Formats: sequence, structure tokens, C-alpha cells
Amino acid sequence: MKEYWQEIRALTMRWVRRLSREKFSMLFTLVQPMLFWLIFFGNLFQRAADMQVTQAASYISFLTAGVVIMTVLNNGLAGGVDLLFDKENGFLERLMSTPIHRSSVILSRFIFVMTITSLQVLVILAVAWLFGVQPVTGFPGVAAILFIGMMFGVGLTAISMAMAFSVKSHGDFFSVLGFLSLPMIFLSSALVPLTAMPGWMGFLAQFNPMTWAIDAVRPLILQGWTEALPHVGMVIVVMVLFDALCLYGGARVFRRAIG
Amino acid sequence: MSRAVAIEVSHLGKVYDKVRAVDDVSFQVYAGEIFGLLGPNGAGKSTILRILITLLHPTSGSARIFGLDSVKDADRVRKTIGYVPQERAIDRFLTGREHLELLADLHHLSAEEASTRIPQLLKLVELEAQADRPAKTYSGGMKRKLDIACGLLPDPKVLFLDEPTLGLDVPSRLRIWDHVRAMRDRGITVVMTTNYLDEADQLCDRIAIIDGGRIKTLGSPTELKVGVGGDLVSLTVREHDRVDTLASAVNILPAVRAVKTRPNGLDIRVDSPEKALPAILEAANRLTCQLEFIDYHRPRLDDVFIAQTGRSIKDDQPKDDDQ
Ligand SMILES: Nc1ncnc2c1ncn2[C@@H]1O[C@H](COP(=O)(O)OP(=O)(O)O)[C@@H](O)[C@H]1O
Ligand SMILES: [Mg+2]
Repeated sequence: MKEYWQEIRALTMRWVRRLSREKFSMLFTLVQPMLFWLIFFGNLFQRAADMQVTQAASYISFLTAGVVIMTVLNNGLAGGVDLLFDKENGFLERLMSTPIHRSSVILSRFIFVMTITSLQVLVILAVAWLFGVQPVTGFPGVAAILFIGMMFGVGLTAISMAMAFSVKSHGDFFSVLGFLSLPMIFLSSALVPLTAMPGWMGFLAQFNPMTWAIDAVRPLILQGWTEALPHVGMVIVVMVLFDALCLYGGARVFRRAIG
Repeated sequence: MSRAVAIEVSHLGKVYDKVRAVDDVSFQVYAGEIFGLLGPNGAGKSTILRILITLLHPTSGSARIFGLDSVKDADRVRKTIGYVPQERAIDRFLTGREHLELLADLHHLSAEEASTRIPQLLKLVELEAQADRPAKTYSGGMKRKLDIACGLLPDPKVLFLDEPTLGLDVPSRLRIWDHVRAMRDRGITVVMTTNYLDEADQLCDRIAIIDGGRIKTLGSPTELKVGVGGDLVSLTVREHDRVDTLASAVNILPAVRAVKTRPNGLDIRVDSPEKALPAILEAANRLTCQLEFIDYHRPRLDDVFIAQTGRSIKDDQPKDDDQ
């Protein structure tokens, strides 16, 4: 157990060190593109978006939940990238030839990605707060938002890592990533509520786990615990299923790739 | 010879999808020797190494490292080995010291062990001065030295090196050779792959020549060279129609072992050049056969390779990758 912890700590520190060495990517990790969605999209559509439809005081307050979960989505889907590079340049082989538990590398990645994602979500919420969006559920609500984000993030990161281990080249990886993320966003309640979508889009969006996550985060920001709790309960069930599926698939790929 | 066996490979086979990368390979590595797997690119060297370090499961056969099975006892095998991969497996953003610190934790060294061993290793591979610079500022040779330090960190009983000098300049290569010899002198068994003939010749105690996933021959460089036949004298004759006459005259000389004719001359295997050379020249003189060119060389590993595989290792040698 002590050894397990020693490995995981060392591997996690490696991810942290890598990030801190790249000043630019460090900066862009904190000031992420998602902030632009919040600031520009949120303000741009202020007048164009119908309050009757969004049921929110401002479009930016409606959009905050979507941007939070979009951040989780992007981080999760990109979570395997560093492992992909490790696989391609042989570093992974070096790690795996040491007497570590086979799962340590994966766990360290989960810990790192979840931590960074949570920090980014906090930055988003802080910026939203500057634009007058205050989560009505307060700090416990923020904690709940982080928890929901992590539950979603675990499954996404598992998908991403599974992809990193199974793709032939990193070109493939990024194509699939680019292909996946936009439909995930548009076919969810991130930008407009399902009720306002064309029927077929709203129908597809129901099956998107992202929709469930957003629908639980949004009332935590806009409405309050009474409205949010049923959604939070529901999203926990959905995410447990989603994570179980992703982790099961991921574990199979991982076992085949590394043994 | 009754030497302790460090590695026992028997009837090893590995098939990827449809490619048979390793085909019924068996060999032994003795404790304390430098054992080389020599072969052109794609011969299956890295595949054999990956099986030995437990990263690949063989399709058939087995490999034992100090009696431990590479599949069943993988965990314990990993505790006895060090590995230097073929690719520069370096994290550009970490410093040399941080690489070693990371590996120290992955090998579960205590903080005290790590803090004594890491400076020692940095000193051994002459990287002390650059230890705290990110690896992206390292030259190819420095990266390779760091690789080797990483491989040595667990104080392994066996060290596996995959193409340790690929793409290095000559001084760096010689220094790596010195390091490898120093490891053997400290009692570490070294298994390495290479596609450089001179490296196999000068560095390895024993080599296995591998081509197309099979072992073609195995032995010390000297044994292998002796096996090819004696030293080689090559003559180029001015009048090409005299080649056959000269060949029959040379063939009966006492020190000559075998004669092969070429369109413009002869390749003569001789037992002792001191006796054979004067006799050959005298025979040519007697027949008034004018010689244009004489070349004499001891058998080289190239000759062994050609004799075993029917082609030169350089035929399909890829360009060295850049640094
Ligand atoms: N992961 C893999 N999948 C499929 N084929 C592979 C894989 N790795 C190696 N091969 C094939 O196996 C053969 C031996 O490769 P390798 O062991 O890397 O040779 P070497 O190290 O001697 O250059 C080659 O034909 C190579 O294309
Ligand atoms: Mg190779």
C-alpha cells in the first residue's frame, strides 16, 4: 500500500511538473478557451436569447452551467493525450518495465485531470460571478457542481485514455476528438434548453450524459436546492452507469495494451 | 563450459496479427557477460527484448530470467531488471535529476537510497553539470547517457539495452561502450541489441545473429569469425582469361583452404597468410599472370553475417535517426 502511494504520488507529480514547465500551456490551462465562450457567447446572445425560453435572468447565467460542463468535457476528452505521447515516445514502456502496479499510471492521470478540471471550474464560476452570476446554493452548491463535474470527468478521461492506448497514430486521436466534441456540445442543453431545440436534436440530446450533468448543475446555480435535488439524484445514477461503462471498456483496452 | 545461466530462452515465438516477428528462438545468456542480438532492422530484436522485460507475452515458448518466468513471475522479473528502450524515452520537460527521482519512486527506493544513488549515477554517466536542466536541452548523447542512468537506477542484476548507440556520433558511442563494459565489470549481465557490426564485434562477449525472427548463428565474435573460414586474400588479375589457370595453380598450394573465382580475380581463404601469400605470388609469377590488386583481410563480422544470411547487413540499413 505504501509502495502504491509512492508510485502514484511520483507519477502525479510528474504531470504537475510538466504543466508547470510549459509557461504558456500553464497560462492557457487557467485562462482556457472555455472562458471566451462564457464571456463572448454569454454577452453576445444576451439580447438574442429569449428569457422565456432560457428561464434565466440573463443568458450568461443560463450559459454558466453549460460552460462548466463543457470544460469538464474538453479536459476529460483530452485527458489521455499525455499518455498518447508517452506511448509514442517509449516513455510508457519505461514506466511499465518498472515494478509498479499496472494501474498507477492511469490513477495518477485521473487524479491530475480531475484536479485541474476542478480548478478550471472554479475559475469559470469566479468569472461568471464577476458578470453577476452567483450560485444561489452557495458553497455547498459549488461543491456539488465540482462533484458532478468529477463524476462526468472520470468516464470521459477513461474514454480518452482508452483511445490513447488503442489508436494507431496521434493523428487519429485528434481527429476522433475533434469529431466527438462539437456534436456532444450542440446535442446537449449547454447552449439552449432541450425544449427550445428542433425535435430531433432534443430527442438525441436526451441520450447525452452531458445534458443530464448540465440539467443538474443549472438549477444549483439558478434556482436552489429544492429544484436541483431531483436532478442531482438523477445525474448521480446516470453518471454511475456512464462511468461504469467507460471504466469497464477502458480497463479492457488497457489490459490488452499493457497486460 | 559450466557458467551460471542468467537468462534461458526456449522456443520463443511471437506473432503480431499476421507477422511472425520471432520464430522459435532459443538461447542462453550467462551471468556477467555482454550478450548481443545482432541483426538488421525488423529482425525481431526489440520484440525479443520486450518479451524478456515482461512487456510482451510470447505467442509460444518461454523466457526465464534468473529462473523467473517472464509471464508468470512478471512482477518479480521487473524487480531484477533495468531497461533502456530503443526510443529516447525521455520526458523533455523534466530535468535529468527528476527522471531519476521519478524512477527511484517507481522502484520503491527509500528517500535515503535515492539521495545516495542518484548523485552517484549522474557522476557515473558524466551528467552532473547538466542534471538540473530540462532534458529538451540535452544532445542525443546526453539523452542516451540519461537513459542508461535510468536503466541502472534500480541496481539491476540484468540490464537490457535496445540499440544503445543508434544515431550517436563516434565519441559518444565509444563512451557508451565504456559504460557498458564498466557495468559488466561490476557484475551486471548485459543484454543488448545492435545493428552495428563493429559494435557487436568489439563490445559483446557473445552474439546471436538474428534475421527474419530466427537465430542464424551464435557464439563469441572470434568463434564466429573462425567458423567462416580462414583469412581472405583477394586478387584482381589484369588478363581476365587467366583467372581459371591461376585458380587451379593456387588451389593445390599447401596453406590454401578454398578458392572462389570472380570474373576478374580470385577470393582465396588461407590458413596462415605468412605462408600462403608468398606461395600465391610465386604461383602467379610462374604463370606470368599479372596482378592488378591484392587485398588481404582477416574475416570480419560482415563476412559472418553474409555467410549466414546471404546478404550484407548494410543492404537494408536505414538511415540513423536524428538526434
Ligand atoms: N506492435 C507491432 N505490431 C505489429 N508488428 C510489429 C509490431 N512490432 C514489431 N512488429 C514487426 O515485427 C518485426 C520485428 O520487429 P522488431 O522486433 O521491432 O525488430 P528490430 O528491433 O530487430 O528492428 C517487424 O517486421 C515489425 O514490423
Ligand atoms: Mg528494434
